[in-house]
Amino acid sequence: MSVLVYTESDNGQFKKVALEVASYAKAVADALGTSVTALAINANDTSILGNHGVDKVLNVSNEQLKSFNAKAYADVIKQAAEKEEAKVVVVSSSADSKYLAPLLAISLNAGYATNVVEAPASTSPFTVKRTAFTNKAFEMTEMSTDVKLIGVSNNSFGLVENSASASSEEFSPSIPDFKVTIESVDKATDKVTIADAEIVVSGGRGLKGPENWGMIEELADVLGAATACSKPVSDLGWRPHSEHVGQTGKPVASNLYIAIGISGAIQHLAGINASKVKVVINTDPEAPFFKAADYGVVGDAFEVVPTLIQKLKEFKAQNA
Amino acid sequence: MKILVCISHVPDTTSKINFTEGDTKFDTNGVQFVINPNDEFGLTRAMWFKEKQAASVTVVNVGGPETEPTLRKALAIGADGAIRVNAHPKDGTFVAKQLAKVMQDGGYDLVIAGRESIDYNGGMVPGMLAALTNSNFVNTCINLEVDGTNAKATREIDGGKETVSTNLPLVIGGQKGLVEESELRIPNMRGIMQARQKPLNVIEPTGDNGATNSVKFEKPAEKGAVKLVSVDNIDELVSLLHNEAKVI
Ligand SMILES: Cc1cc2nc3c(=O)[nH]c(=O)nc-3n(C[C@H](O)[C@H](O)[C@H](O)COP(=O)(O)OP(=O)(O)OC[C@H]3O[C@@H](n4cnc5c(N)ncnc54)[C@H](O)[C@@H]3O)c2cc1C
Repeated sequence: MSVLVYTESDNGQFKKVALEVASYAKAVADALGTSVTALAINANDTSILGNHGVDKVLNVSNEQLKSFNAKAYADVIKQAAEKEEAKVVVVSSSADSKYLAPLLAISLNAGYATNVVEAPASTSPFTVKRTAFTNKAFEMTEMSTDVKLIGVSNNSFGLVENSASASSEEFSPSIPDFKVTIESVDKATDKVTIADAEIVVSGGRGLKGPENWGMIEELADVLGAATACSKPVSDLGWRPHSEHVGQTGKPVASNLYIAIGISGAIQHLAGINASKVKVVINTDPEAPFFKAADYGVVGDAFEVVPTLIQKLKEFKAQNA
Repeated sequence: MKILVCISHVPDTTSKINFTEGDTKFDTNGVQFVINPNDEFGLTRAMWFKEKQAASVTVVNVGGPETEPTLRKALAIGADGAIRVNAHPKDGTFVAKQLAKVMQDGGYDLVIAGRESIDYNGGMVPGMLAALTNSNFVNTCINLEVDGTNAKATREIDGGKETVSTNLPLVIGGQKGLVEESELRIPNMRGIMQARQKPLNVIEPTGDNGATNSVKFEKPAEKGAVKLVSVDNIDELVSLLHNEAKVI
């Protein structure tokens, strides 16, 4: 009857979202008066999950699951959910979790709510709040199935400390045929991803050309941030498509989003609005981004950004 | 190859989002509807398969009669035929079950859906459809090639991309990258005329239920005014981000 949470790892290390979904699962378990079981696949050290309210960890160590496969991972989570007789299963909104969750929902006969931003408003009827219309609204959704699958929106619930000492148990599920085989992976391992970043630095058409991205990368570097861009910038080939954020690109839900030379078109804002604090740097005081931002500088990016880099370096040096 | 392209009928990206009937229904008043952008990239890729590999392309939507202009637009872009499952699309599970029936009855080898619709953002229909029909599934797909029953796809992952191989029957959740923005097609007069003659079959839904129920909508709280910092005072910006916003 416990709440099952799938805690994702990358090369044996838990991702930040793993701790967030564990925190979320704890809130659901408290509301239902039950405990939290986490499923970890090839993670090195699961003790940290105890800090976020996990009571028991099902540990899967399996060479075949070394790289992600949606079908196989969904099947393993299903077996764990059945073993635990879980009525609520919690996953994140990472690309991998969004890939496997619909498969899992069908195999568990579960209703599935995505982009959930708060602990359930009620457990009977089971009601969750999720974003809809690309962050332009929230939707209260009632889940009527016996088993419920919840996809928690990244960086919405946050990490909650909840000291428990998680017991750990080896779990050896059967592994189905993969059906979809990885041929090659092209992933920058030295860069923060937009999905995981606390801070995102984003550039728009106002930067005039790809040759001017040096200062954007330097600013990102100083802040430990990921770099992103507006849609026309990727369409023009100034930056790779993987950096395109917005309604038709990647969603951003960082703590800080810095928009440089971006006008703030509705489609751009929709995709980045889940970020907590927004800063805009733009020459045009009428740019719509100023209506969406928390802090703004009306000025030329080519002056403001180098100064900002300088000031941040001084700040870092003082606070080191 | 028989291709089915799922078309979601969604409010134009610039639409004002409002609700009626005690915030329980989306207010369609004055709203223009379009083909869901993720689906449009998929439809355009399907046209490539039609032209280069002689595939047949059928578009499908689960929705009321009001969605027919959107299906006609897909026909004008070049789809051969359209199917409308005559039902209110209650939730992702319900829609996936309807589409599974259409896919099985029609014997489609490849289903191209969008990774998510821009209205409800469920992002679950393609995967559920694959699971219900025992098809293979590639999500956030940014490139797709098919040779016989073999498929090669590229999918976007957090921080990069990966190339995978798989087989038909296949369902993909597509997005920009399947084709470039510049390859999207605007229907021409000839296409629009031809679309009027193409079949648009209306079929009744199966008796399946959904799994979730939308009960109420809310709009986000109004934002406070922006705090402006002068160009000569970037120190203040750093200090605000540190002391007030606490994000650095
Ligand atoms: C269906 C659809 C989906 C879309 N999806 C997306 C999406 O997902 N993401 C997205 O980003 N867009 C999307 N768009 C495009 C969107 O409408 C805008 O066209 C786009 O966001 C504008 O990009 P931009 O702000 O970089 O460029 P612009 O609108 O050209 O803005 C450039 C800004 O830079 C400023 N500027 C110029 N010089 C300087 C300088 N020296 N220093 C500082 N500022 C300067 C200007 O004042 C201006 O505000 C979509 C559009 C449609 C129709």
